[in-house]
Amino acid sequence: MGIPITVQVNGVSHSHEVEPRLLLAHYLRDVLRLTGTHIGCDTSSCGACTILVDGKAVKSCTMLAVQADGAEITTIEGLASNGELHPLQKSFNEEHGLQCGFCTPGMIMTATDLLANNPSPSEQEIRHALEGNYCRCTGYHNIVKAIQNAANTQG
Amino acid sequence: MGKFIGQSIKRVEDKRFTTGHGRYTDDIVLPNMTYAQIIRSPYAHARINSVDTKAAAAHPGVVAIFTGKDIAEAGINGVPCGWQVDFKNGDTMKEPPHPLLVADKVRHVGDAVAIVIAETREAAKDAAELVEVDYEELPAVTDPYKAVQDGAPLVHDEAPKNMAYDWELGDKEKTDAAMASAHHITTLEFVNQRLVPNAIEPRSAIGDYDATNDKYTLYTTSQNPHLTRLLMCAFVLGLPEHKVRVVAPDVGGGFGSKIFHYIEEALVTWCSQKIGRPVKWTAERSESFMTDAHGRDHVTKAEMGFDKDGKIVGLRINTWANLGAYLSTFSTCVPTWLHGTLLQGLYTTPAIHIDLVAAFTHTTPVDAYRGAGRPEATYLLERLVETGARELGMDPAELRLKNFIPPFDGVNQPGYQTQVALQYDSGNYEQVLKKALEIVDYDNFRKEQAEARKQGKLLGIGISTYIEACGIAPSAVVGALGARAGLYESAQVRIQPTGKVSVYTGSHSHGQGHETTFAQVVADKLGIALEDVEIVHGDSEAVAFGMGTYGSRSLAVGGSAIVKSLDKVIEKGAKIAAHKLEAAVDDLEFANGAWTVKGTDKSIAFGDIALTAYVPHDYPEGLEPGLDFSSFYDPANFTYPFGAHIAVVEVDKETGKVTLKRFVAVDDVGNVINPMIVEGQIHGGLAQGIGQALFEEAIYDEDGQLVNGTYMDYTMPRADDLPSFETDRTVTPCPHNPLGVKGAGEAGTIGSTPAVVNAVIDALSEYGVKDIRMPLTPQRVWQAMQNGKQS
Repeated sequence: MGIPITVQVNGVSHSHEVEPRLLLAHYLRDVLRLTGTHIGCDTSSCGACTILVDGKAVKSCTMLAVQADGAEITTIEGLASNGELHPLQKSFNEEHGLQCGFCTPGMIMTATDLLANNPSPSEQEIRHALEGNYCRCTGYHNIVKAIQNAANTQG
Repeated sequence: MGKFIGQSIKRVEDKRFTTGHGRYTDDIVLPNMTYAQIIRSPYAHARINSVDTKAAAAHPGVVAIFTGKDIAEAGINGVPCGWQVDFKNGDTMKEPPHPLLVADKVRHVGDAVAIVIAETREAAKDAAELVEVDYEELPAVTDPYKAVQDGAPLVHDEAPKNMAYDWELGDKEKTDAAMASAHHITTLEFVNQRLVPNAIEPRSAIGDYDATNDKYTLYTTSQNPHLTRLLMCAFVLGLPEHKVRVVAPDVGGGFGSKIFHYIEEALVTWCSQKIGRPVKWTAERSESFMTDAHGRDHVTKAEMGFDKDGKIVGLRINTWANLGAYLSTFSTCVPTWLHGTLLQGLYTTPAIHIDLVAAFTHTTPVDAYRGAGRPEATYLLERLVETGARELGMDPAELRLKNFIPPFDGVNQPGYQTQVALQYDSGNYEQVLKKALEIVDYDNFRKEQAEARKQGKLLGIGISTYIEACGIAPSAVVGALGARAGLYESAQVRIQPTGKVSVYTGSHSHGQGHETTFAQVVADKLGIALEDVEIVHGDSEAVAFGMGTYGSRSLAVGGSAIVKSLDKVIEKGAKIAAHKLEAAVDDLEFANGAWTVKGTDKSIAFGDIALTAYVPHDYPEGLEPGLDFSSFYDPANFTYPFGAHIAVVEVDKETGKVTLKRFVAVDDVGNVINPMIVEGQIHGGLAQGIGQALFEEAIYDEDGQLVNGTYMDYTMPRADDLPSFETDRTVTPCPHNPLGVKGAGEAGTIGSTPAVVNAVIDALSEYGVKDIRMPLTPQRVWQAMQNGKQS
């Protein structure tokens, strides 16, 4: 039997009955059809599914949907506000911080959390913060630059 | 440099990716869709005694289950190999079938045995656990050298000694003679370890059969949807090609692994027709590890002969290449025509010979992975050169400069004919190395190194220079070498009546940024705005034909096809313009988006000509309306990018941990359309090449189990494992394609690996370490230091 949950996702409240084993990542993708949150592994290693849960970056494959009951969630689809892209969304474009785009939502969400806690991180701090996110295309070089760029813009 | 060509234009495709609106295969949900789970062998080699699906079939939500027996009874062929490499004695290559589902014997961990289709992914997974397969485990072999020895377990009965083929290239007699008279011979025995490409998007496929129109659609994570369609229709399912549409939407990285036609693509297509509903399969990461084609996996004995002045006099190579359990689409050409042919490197070596055996083993099939054969060739050359320099007491940079092929532009000087079948197009090899040495400040480094040593720090510097062959073609040549496909590219340029342009390319972008780069070429050539150009790719229904994206070929081959179509547009446009301007065609020139009568101010804009072509009221007599051209471009030769990479490392004395302090890459990829994108390609390639040097290896145990088949166990470089890269370039245009471009996708991967290993060996010079097997994990480096100390 399903368990009822209510979550606030990108400012919209959703109530569903979900199987206890349903991962939050699958809930977002399959139930809410928010497919910007990607799944790249089975071991919570790649970070492609990173979202914000109550403001903190979380790999949504490490959480069950039922654990998110009552939480406020932001996914990549909810990052822009009033049609204005988030500084990180802009800086990833400006610094060529993405190629295939698959890891990008997770990278941006992780960086959002980083900059919220450390508005002007050093290169090493950025690289350390990205440790949980794999990118196979960029060699991270331009992702680091994009985050530095966004930090400078925000600051 | 034009208004767009040569400029770092920001990518037009980014917005959908940064806002979460990319459309990858697994994002697609079709009405009435079902979900597939594939039952895979847990054994590397086993006889299947029985498959019992009764309990699974009774599980709620299960729609259908098919086994190897069903596939065999339906008379479906296996997935084919696209390149034939025959034995030295002329015998035909051994090409055992690779069925969609195996019925009799499994041959690697992950081999597909049955497919369960259900209403939900969860139901399919639950039911899959109820399928009972009775296996009788058999002994396995995983190493290519051991596989071809007497008494090794056989992968296929029809391939004695597990040999798919043996192969040689170069002049054996001349090489043996050169080696016999060499002043010094440097010998190294390598394992170029097996890698897993690991695109972050797992493979996925959706089959969708439309019974009303008897039409099939396959959505798949492919680098070349047209080739997948051709192989699946003509060789596997026997479907009429015009009834099959293959779509490769946004694809999350490929690096080679998504070139090939995989069993799952044909399986979901066939199953969809059987059950009359769409069928989706998406790999879990562990399935990707077991079934995405792997890369590299060579065992090599390499010898390089030098004269007393350090000139290379000969190169002799013996390689055992692992092809895995079945021949993947391009597997056979990788260790041969993409590896043996690159053994000239940048050097004037007068005598070269390679002898190679390609072996079946009980492992995941091996095929092209970023660089494909060229990293293996570069690795052995650059390790030999560096080791040779050390043994001869020469500076490794100097030894390279002494042996480089002198500069040639391929126009005023002819191309360079190698000892191993290729003719290089153009090159200036000294220039790239000198530039890299200058950036890294090579002359001062040795002082810095000596200082650091005094403080107990182990610093090392390593050089690598490379050449690669991209855009492999022309078709007639690759056909003669065994390719079962042409290697041209197609492009359609459709000028819309309003002057907007739709370009349909057979290349496929899965990160390369074609929607931007190709648009830059089109906008510049037509003198129009960038936003007036739309690049369409990845759909066999929209794009007439294509050979896809791999081997750094998109711009050199696909871009050239676009230029051919643009030329036709401009040529026809000139006829219309001449009529409108009441001038002769020869008196017109086309520039900045307008035809002008030379020497006058009489001109007509591109947009006016476009409209006239579709509203041909006042129009040249006898000329067809419309402005829409298709072209196929079959290159005259391969393209040959080259470069020099230098790594600076520090090795921790206590732990053996290698820290990459600096990485300098100077690459020459010919002309550059978008420097930002080219640099991005180089960065990504470097990370993968460094990954091979320091972190990555697919490890099989004796029983054929892939023991590190997850992201928890297989180590790829993370952000804090790498420094920011120092990249630069020289430009030696390709003389034989209209854009003068050579390709940039693989350069970083090819050059970087030996630079890092050479740097570590240099750091350990006081320990007398000659070689360490990749990846250079702290444990291996520490062990090498201990062994060195003892001796």
